[in-house]
Amino acid sequence: MSLRPCAAAGGSLLSKEEIDANFSDLHEPLSGLQARAEADRCLYCYDAPCIDACPTSIDIPTFIHQIRTGNVEGSAKTILSENIMGGTCARACPTEVLCERACVLNVSEEEPVEIGALQRHAVDYLMAKGGAHPFKREPETGKHIAVVGAGPAGLSCAHRAAMLGHKVTVFEAKEKPGGLNEYGLAAYKMVNDFAQKEVEFLLGIGGIDIEYNQRLGGTISITELQAQHDAVYVAVGLGATNALGLQGEDKDGMRDAVDFIEELRQAKDKSTIKVGDDVIVIGAGNTAIDAAVQAKRLGAENVTLVYRRGEANMSATDWEIDLARTNGVNIRLWSAPAAIHGKSAVSSMTFERMRDEGGKLVASGKSFDLPADMVLKAIGQKLDTSKLEGFDISAGKIVTGDNFKTSVAGVFAGGDSIQSGEDLTVQAVEDGKQAAHAIDAFLKAK
Amino acid sequence: MADLKCTIAGIESINPFWLASAPPTDKYINVVRAFEAGWGGVVWKTLGEDPPVVNVSSRYGVHKDGNQGVLGINNIELISDRPLETNLEEIRRVRKEWPDRVIIGSMMAVIEEKVWKDLAVRIADAGVHGIELNLGCPHGMCERGMGSAIGQVPEMVEKVTRWVKEAVDIPVFTKLTPNITNILWSAEAAQKGGADAVSLINTVNSIVSVDLDEMAPNPVVDGKGTHGGYCGSAVKPIALNMVAEIARNPETRDLEISAIGGIETWRDAAEFIALGAEGLQVCTAAMLYGFRIVDDMIAGLSEWMDDKGYQSIEDFCGMAVPNTVDWNELNMNFDTKAFINPDSCIECGRCHIACEDTSHQAIEFTVANDGKRSFTVVDEDCVGCNLCAHVCPVPECIEMRPVDNGKPYVTWPNHSLNPMKAAE
Repeated sequence: MSLRPCAAAGGSLLSKEEIDANFSDLHEPLSGLQARAEADRCLYCYDAPCIDACPTSIDIPTFIHQIRTGNVEGSAKTILSENIMGGTCARACPTEVLCERACVLNVSEEEPVEIGALQRHAVDYLMAKGGAHPFKREPETGKHIAVVGAGPAGLSCAHRAAMLGHKVTVFEAKEKPGGLNEYGLAAYKMVNDFAQKEVEFLLGIGGIDIEYNQRLGGTISITELQAQHDAVYVAVGLGATNALGLQGEDKDGMRDAVDFIEELRQAKDKSTIKVGDDVIVIGAGNTAIDAAVQAKRLGAENVTLVYRRGEANMSATDWEIDLARTNGVNIRLWSAPAAIHGKSAVSSMTFERMRDEGGKLVASGKSFDLPADMVLKAIGQKLDTSKLEGFDISAGKIVTGDNFKTSVAGVFAGGDSIQSGEDLTVQAVEDGKQAAHAIDAFLKAK
Repeated sequence: MADLKCTIAGIESINPFWLASAPPTDKYINVVRAFEAGWGGVVWKTLGEDPPVVNVSSRYGVHKDGNQGVLGINNIELISDRPLETNLEEIRRVRKEWPDRVIIGSMMAVIEEKVWKDLAVRIADAGVHGIELNLGCPHGMCERGMGSAIGQVPEMVEKVTRWVKEAVDIPVFTKLTPNITNILWSAEAAQKGGADAVSLINTVNSIVSVDLDEMAPNPVVDGKGTHGGYCGSAVKPIALNMVAEIARNPETRDLEISAIGGIETWRDAAEFIALGAEGLQVCTAAMLYGFRIVDDMIAGLSEWMDDKGYQSIEDFCGMAVPNTVDWNELNMNFDTKAFINPDSCIECGRCHIACEDTSHQAIEFTVANDGKRSFTVVDEDCVGCNLCAHVCPVPECIEMRPVDNGKPYVTWPNHSLNPMKAAE
């Protein structure tokens, strides 16, 4: 799929219209005709590799076949039966390293079937059609499950648990549901308030209540939740960020990329967001790319993404790196942050040139300065362990044994706060779905 | 450059590509545009007695593949709905303006000698090179005792052919309907009646689809539909067989054939000629893509003939006929096995599931530790059916390799397991 470059600041500020256009859908949805043509490219593989490559195991050949036969609603049900957030995953999944990388057409035609775009076509069709929720609840079990966190893992668990007949209350620290879908994904991937629409759709199953502004260690505690519910599911995500560990990290203009992205996502009018003229983004993951590209699209004159190692080490996918380059983001590799300059606000940074010596990253002794009035740190998020007393924690994640059980009896966990796979929306949805089944089995055995 | 000139029923044509009697040959303007595009001849849309017929609105239905490609269309249009004299006048004009192109007059009438003869004479007088008897239309006209109503009765086919042969001194083509049990009965009847050539196939009787909202067959005419004539590439296999049946039948092998039925490409054309057709007629391909499609039919056929060293159409006409035989003449000892080339396999698994579910469980599927999927033919179980090669999306990935078993050519009648043979 071709990359659409943004309108760039030509020495003057971008107009509101230009900024609005920069934050419209990154990919136009497929038309019905395009979807049928694309669906027709699918070979309908047997025991297809794309299914294995999907963390939620969506039956991709079947849903594409259903688009081909004109059963688009059935196609959406096939998707949603494995992944209730198929709409967000269709927009945000790095399909280039998941299903689409596994597509056999990479070998024969060099271009995979656009599985993500087709998935969006089907799910959007069903959601736009409205009507009754596509899934039914089993008879009420009388059991009540508490879910901490209304992000993808928490909501996926809630939906599946509700389907299995349980009553679910979700406790969310923020004012809105959706977690990173609402606060963390790039704005041009989730236009038209899609995260909220998806939550509303998901809640259509019934049996789920969400209580907002309920934070662990504040209004709620694990002990209380345990006392009042038959089981607890913790899906709090990664609430803290890593620091550079440099002097001056508190200067004005120094920000966490996730905060910048959250502010952008919550702004109805993107042109009201302040962005620097010289923006440095530090990091090499998809969050760094999202921050850099969005800064450019807001009209930043110069955006430089700096990473201490080489491109092959970047955790952002090739597609995301291309997106950054297409949007005019300058990428400087083998450069490690060494100093922050400026009085009350950051004015520049010094970077040390690095090199690889037999797999070890070493300073070369050379350095350079980059002017900066805004620095966005995207060097990783981490679990906030301060409110998780009593949980076994290892390598910065909640330890879960078989079936998502934590070290605390009757408490399960999933999503980014545990070590299950990549920290991706789609993995969180899978964790939530599987945890719901694990909790169901636990409650039946109780 | 190969010579594409051909002669059928004594009529010379600059190339074998004629437009069949159908909507594309209805008027002066269409025919002139066809000749400008390079078509060698046209069979004018079927003429009948005045007053002309009246056609309905909504005339074509379609059968498509998943990607909007048309496999076949069916139509419920009748014969020319313009006055006879208007058509004849236009035929005269085109004949004058395009002296090197062929025009055949197609006609139909009720089963009355005088009507056939009078109409044939009037058309012949307009200067056509030959007359084609439309005994095939499977819709509308047959309800009035014409078209396939005549073509389905061999005695009538013979009678009508004879009447027209008696009335005119130009070549007569009898156009046959495929909506019969045995094409040889009508071909033999045409031959007995004195036909100079047969044209086949006319359209196949069909309902192309059902409109599930209107609950009526397509094309829907004010809430109702009817069966129509199916044509296009979907009917090519039916046409190839019927042409071959006539070409290899000792009684009819000398009958010249103007082949019709789903010809879209030069390759289709070459196949019909190889099965014994002296000339070709095309309709649906032109209706779908315009007259320009003849460009590559001409260019592709010449290229292929040059490659093969054929100087003229006659050089390969009928070459596949001796190899088209009854099942009983096939070699029971021939053995072929599928071979899946691992270098070109893209691991889709289509061959495996086709064989596993519906054939002989002869393709083994294994997944290596690194996730690589392998599909391997088990020779002992493979019967050489070709299904895997047909479903494989990669051209030439699955090869059918004949086994050199050193066994002689043995047909079923001579086979040791044939109970009839054992009884001898």
